[in-house]
Amino acid sequence: MARLTFHGGVHLYDGKELSKDKPIKEVLPKGDLVYPLSQHIGAPAKPIVEKGDHVLTGQKIAEAGGFVSAPIYATVSGTVKAVEPRRVVTGDKIMSIVVENDGLYEEVAYPPVKPLEEMTNEEIIDRIREAGVVGMGGAGFPTHVKLSPKEPEKIDYVIANCAECEPYLTSDYRRMIEEPEKLVKGLKVSLRLFENARGILAVEDNKPDCIEILKKLTKDEPRISVKALRTKYPQGAERQIIYAATGRAINSSMLPADAGCVVDNVDTIVAIYHAVYEGRPLMHRIVTVTGDAVADPRNFIVRIGTNYHELIEMAGGFKKEPVKIISGGPMMGFGLFDLDVPTTKTASALLCLTKDDVSSMKEGPCINCGRCMEVCPSRLTPGMLSDCAEHYDEERFLALDGMECVECGCCSYICPAKRPLTQTIKSMRKMQLAKRKKQEERSID
Amino acid sequence: MSDLMKVSSNPHVRSRTGTSSIMLTVVIALLPAAGFGIYNFGLRALSTILITVASAVLTELLFEIICRKQITIGDYSAVVTGLLLALNLPVSVPWWIGVVGGVFAILVVKMLFGGLGQNFMNPALGARCFLLISFTSIMTNFDCDAYTGATPLADLKSGIDVNIMDMVIGRTAGTIGETSMIAIVIGACILILTGVIDLRVPGSYIISFVIFICIFGGHGVDTAYIAAHLAGGGLMLGAFFMATDYVTRPITKRGQILYGILLGILTGIFRIFGPSAEGVSYAIIIGNLLVPLIEKITLPKAFGKGGEKA
Repeated sequence: MARLTFHGGVHLYDGKELSKDKPIKEVLPKGDLVYPLSQHIGAPAKPIVEKGDHVLTGQKIAEAGGFVSAPIYATVSGTVKAVEPRRVVTGDKIMSIVVENDGLYEEVAYPPVKPLEEMTNEEIIDRIREAGVVGMGGAGFPTHVKLSPKEPEKIDYVIANCAECEPYLTSDYRRMIEEPEKLVKGLKVSLRLFENARGILAVEDNKPDCIEILKKLTKDEPRISVKALRTKYPQGAERQIIYAATGRAINSSMLPADAGCVVDNVDTIVAIYHAVYEGRPLMHRIVTVTGDAVADPRNFIVRIGTNYHELIEMAGGFKKEPVKIISGGPMMGFGLFDLDVPTTKTASALLCLTKDDVSSMKEGPCINCGRCMEVCPSRLTPGMLSDCAEHYDEERFLALDGMECVECGCCSYICPAKRPLTQTIKSMRKMQLAKRKKQEERSID
Repeated sequence: MSDLMKVSSNPHVRSRTGTSSIMLTVVIALLPAAGFGIYNFGLRALSTILITVASAVLTELLFEIICRKQITIGDYSAVVTGLLLALNLPVSVPWWIGVVGGVFAILVVKMLFGGLGQNFMNPALGARCFLLISFTSIMTNFDCDAYTGATPLADLKSGIDVNIMDMVIGRTAGTIGETSMIAIVIGACILILTGVIDLRVPGSYIISFVIFICIFGGHGVDTAYIAAHLAGGGLMLGAFFMATDYVTRPITKRGQILYGILLGILTGIFRIFGPSAEGVSYAIIIGNLLVPLIEKITLPKAFGKGGEKA
């Protein structure tokens, strides 16, 4: 059988050996915890606590600000110190709730859980929404929205995105090695919601141990199969994993549901498990703290809101001076100028490198080699698009399907002239999206 | 610590392959052909190569100094141009041909259009055609110490028997770098194995050329005739080293095949119906001019758009 894959993509140095074999370690925060109200796509959450309030672990501190939104829970017990704008990984200042940790970790009593069989579909989705579950792979799309398509009977596949194609990241890998049953049970919750769907655990073939464990675990599950995908970045991108696993192709104007698919990341599915089987809200996530500057690269189970400084401390601090610190993977993560930011629901890794490729390489003119086109998973012409972006040639940018770009970074990575292709295309896309939004607003008025 | 952080937009890693490493690979891949040229024609070939390369590199350097532009000779693209041009010159040319060619290639064809990546025509071929038109008798004089008389391709055209074995090895008259098919193919393998080029352009070029001469060559499907056409003249050097020039070939995959086919047909027309035995250089520079049009009609469709199951 041909190996399951997609068009384009690049093979990267994966750096996973640094943290791959380090078991997940639970760590407790010491300092203040910061909860940005926008940790997801959609409306920001609305705070329901005030300065001076005492909160418990697992207490809701902000409620969803709309249908496409998610509530936020305190992950420690303590006192609300402030509700004020705080710096997040993107560099923006976002309204956040700051909780002073009293170090007692007093927990609320969670509501009793009904067995899955006795719950209605509405109750299950409610639970997931109430738990504040969002896509933890990076985008932060509220999970209950994904699980409520217009025609649930038309969903043919629920894909568990176990690709983890970004270099250095090992959080999903450790989850699959250590708690695979939670992943399978979580997937079965989604399959409950979509009667006609089959579950696919889509794993890159550089993780044969995970594939074996999951195969063993699902051998008596007729509706679940494990699929090995060819190791190539960006295999874990939504459109690419759908294509590799099912052969269906979607574009930017479609949702996965339009192709009969629902895609959730490993940690998200485990969060669904915790919400439905244990009634616990989303309070933790696994973060890989790694890179050649870190003394002891590790995978931590971290309480959301924990400061990045503490994560570095827990990993033994720096053994070498870091030059570049990235929240997330090296291909799609955010470059940080300050470690004083909190762990959010979508933070998968903290990567500290002693060398910065970007500033050490000099940009030259395009030599028209075509490598950017070859690697583009959206089959675009990044060189031409970047040219349009630089000259603000809107018409041509749109004609060349610039809006189909998924900002995976392959073109910038491969470019021998080291041109900032992804970056220029990305800013043009942002301008276009903002413009579109404005026009929509105007047409509503 | 925080004032030392480098901040940039994603992605934060870059591949090791750079423009200069690609160009250097091309230079290395041209060395077998150059080496055989020196072996075949003697040290005079070496001096022609050195003069032409130096002229190309110095032209770029001087232009950039005079125009106060960034010095770009470190990307080795001028070395590639100079070397390719030298390999396309007969060994008997006087030294100033190399100088004039190098200046024309770099100054007129490349730098005046904006430097690397902006030229619409292969600089080495542009210069060769300029020299061929301006100094026809010098450029078509293939007499030298080792060989006298016409190139095998000219013999082939006038119906004289040619020795194909000599042509494959390269023991014939011709330009410095074009005679040895073996040396060129070794270089081409280096380029293909290092991923610098693929077979789309050279493959479609050679195949369409063969089909063309089978139909119009007047010899039908005659293997000896086909082999002589492939091994003779600048076809191999042109197909693998000049038609594949990134800057002047289409960037789209379908476009590259179309471009290769076009070159094959043009070369066939020039070789069979033209007054000269050779046609590769003109075919490629005419092909170069059509690249924008070819790209326009062969742009790929974005992933998930039309045609595919939604």
